[in-house]
Amino acid sequence: MIRNSTNAPTMDVEILSRIQFAFTVAFHYIYPPLSIGLGLILVIMEGMYLKTRNPIYEAMTRFWIKIFALIFGIGVATGIVMEFEFGTNWATYSRYVGDIFGSALAAEGLFAFALESGFLGVLLFGWRRVKPWVHFVSTIGVALGSMFSAVWIVVANSWQQTPAGYHIVGEGMDARAEITDFWAMVFNPSSVDRLTHVIIGAFLAGAFLVISVNAYYILKKRHLEIAKPAFKIALSVAIVTSLAQLMSGHSSAEGVAENQPAKLAAFEGMYEEKAVGDLYLVGWVNEETQEVTGIKIPGMLSFLTHGDWETEMPGLNAFPRDEIPTQVNAVFQLYHLMVAIGMTLIGLGLLGAFLWWRGKLFDYPLVLKLFMWAVLLPQIANQIGWFSAEMGRQPWVVYGLLRTSDALSATVTANQVLFSLILFTAVYSLLFALFVYLLNKKIQHGPESLEELDHGSRQREIAQKIAS
Amino acid sequence: METFLGIELATWWYLVVGAAFTGYVILDGFDLGVGLIHLFFKKEESRRISLNAIGPVWDGNEVWLVIGGGALFAGFPEVYATLFSAFYIPFMLFLVMIIFRAVSIEFRSKEPMLWWRKMWDTAFAISSGLIAFLLGVVLGNVLLGFEIDANGNFTGSWLDFLNPYAILVGITTVAMFMMHGSLYLVMKTRDRMYAKLSIISKNTTIFFVISYLILTVYTLIYIPHLTDNFTNNPALFVLPLLAILLVANITRQVAKRKFMGAFISSALSMAILLILVAIELFPVILLSTTNPEYSLTAFNASASEKTLEIMLTIAAIAIPLVGFYTGFVFWTFRGKTVVDKDSY
Repeated sequence: MIRNSTNAPTMDVEILSRIQFAFTVAFHYIYPPLSIGLGLILVIMEGMYLKTRNPIYEAMTRFWIKIFALIFGIGVATGIVMEFEFGTNWATYSRYVGDIFGSALAAEGLFAFALESGFLGVLLFGWRRVKPWVHFVSTIGVALGSMFSAVWIVVANSWQQTPAGYHIVGEGMDARAEITDFWAMVFNPSSVDRLTHVIIGAFLAGAFLVISVNAYYILKKRHLEIAKPAFKIALSVAIVTSLAQLMSGHSSAEGVAENQPAKLAAFEGMYEEKAVGDLYLVGWVNEETQEVTGIKIPGMLSFLTHGDWETEMPGLNAFPRDEIPTQVNAVFQLYHLMVAIGMTLIGLGLLGAFLWWRGKLFDYPLVLKLFMWAVLLPQIANQIGWFSAEMGRQPWVVYGLLRTSDALSATVTANQVLFSLILFTAVYSLLFALFVYLLNKKIQHGPESLEELDHGSRQREIAQKIAS
Repeated sequence: METFLGIELATWWYLVVGAAFTGYVILDGFDLGVGLIHLFFKKEESRRISLNAIGPVWDGNEVWLVIGGGALFAGFPEVYATLFSAFYIPFMLFLVMIIFRAVSIEFRSKEPMLWWRKMWDTAFAISSGLIAFLLGVVLGNVLLGFEIDANGNFTGSWLDFLNPYAILVGITTVAMFMMHGSLYLVMKTRDRMYAKLSIISKNTTIFFVISYLILTVYTLIYIPHLTDNFTNNPALFVLPLLAILLVANITRQVAKRKFMGAFISSALSMAILLILVAIELFPVILLSTTNPEYSLTAFNASASEKTLEIMLTIAAIAIPLVGFYTGFVFWTFRGKTVVDKDSY
């Protein structure tokens, strides 16, 4: 076969397109979980303010709205990239799933994104223009919008993991998945579990950001009257959600065992065609010898997924070679690290709860330092959780229906993808540096002091008197 | 084929996609226009007023791009796939500019240093300009058609897209957004800024009218296939006539300093020009210059009837909702722009 420059080997296009998608989506995914999590916390904070009229709650709400806006701004800009990439890099995929995936994406824009972006303006700039309850309703609108967004995106992705409510029309290059039952598509076997898992993961990301920043203030003895109650609000969210995440994770794994057994086998590095499932705490998969070295609880996986220590489960060798993920060790490690982080978060939540109960929550600098750095944990867990889910789905882009290697754009060349990949790497590096810089600046500046707020509200009163 | 009120579902969806993009052009058009003209103001205060005039709404306006893209993906997946993969390089640049526009609005006023603010002001102007230009170039090429094979894949080179006609549409789009943006901003300002903007809006209107006339003549002479639908159905000629009247009305209102009226005329003429585009093309969406039979139309490239039905239901529920809270946000921030401590 003769290759010329415009017809580069498809392997390169595939790898580059996968790297580009992984990179752009991973970068994007730093932000939406924080928006979703902060959305919930903002609703709690502003709700407390409306209920108590205590200006400390107004100060913390105003402060976190500003951080929210910074995060949201980057989330939106990097999110549009994702929407375009389906068409630019994965045209065959887009043709194949457009009937289904496209509807979910359009629904996201209409139901979620518009709500969120529309009301954000009121949140940021509307403090003096609307009544407090209207502002609060806008905050709820923004928080709901950010969650709805997750709903439609996770529905679309879950359909790729566990397709339902469709039929295939046409053959070969013309084959298309078409909807037969909208609600079966929306509530496909993995949607609810995965959505719950994603939303709780997002709540954790938001809660631990608020915890971290306030732990820092308390350590530095700054803004104490605002930092302490804000810390407690976020800690309460973290305690509840870290425990809920354990249950959601369990339910999700049961679903994977049922719907994507090859993926579950990769999670645990299990190769034998049929065996009792062991659960590894830590381990290393040797893909050559198909053996795992590590510490395991024999039969635990069978017990967790089937409620019985003896049930035999299919391993990777039970499936055709070309229908299982190739990077088993990577999937294994990412998955196990995610679980370990989940457990650590529960530990941190319980530690916080215990100290709070003993009235010593803010007494130990070491604990506060721990909470300050813990902000990274949910972020890492969210990222690697998605990586293990998506890598575990390979070699399929739509599980059992369409291979990733068949999903590319026929017209796009390796050079073009390389060009855009370099472009995104440069732009996102700059963007991330700016984000960290400005976030730090806002944190260093901190919430407005109560005197400043008092001054502001007095001005508002005077302005209202003059107006009337 | 299933119909609603006697019109095929695919045609309805063609209208929805068109409406979403029209909404985007009208709404984000003035944000981009403000980006394009704000460098005419040298004073810090004026630049901040420009930025904050669009501050509370630009994010919501941009959503219409996401909705339009999603609507295209859902209703015409074949078109979405062909268009986006064909325009790989232009769209990648477009995305980078969308990112720069967002961050320059967001970051500009976060630091007091002069170089910092100048840098982001320049980035805001360049990104707004390139977004407008690239949108025009894509539209120009869609009007011309490009090489599409039997499988719906683009077979040409992306350099083909930089042809004179597409560049002309690009320039006209820039001119139109500059006019639209200055008409928006003039309503939001007072005193000296208002005075200066009255002049700017006059000049940008002249710029737009000239480029629009050149474009129209060029289209009539060199791109005959775009007028087929009109010659076949003479009643439709009322629309180009209406377009001309609306554009003329912009100049009349600007001369009389009735900027609200001029802005509304500007928005309506954008809508009518896009309706003209839709009629010129229909039922074709992407014309294949390789073989007209390979063209993607509203009928051969649409999603299943089931999906169209679902999507139309979703749109019928969601669009009034979106309209309602878009209206609410605009109402909340009506009147002249004031810069306070919550501003950008």
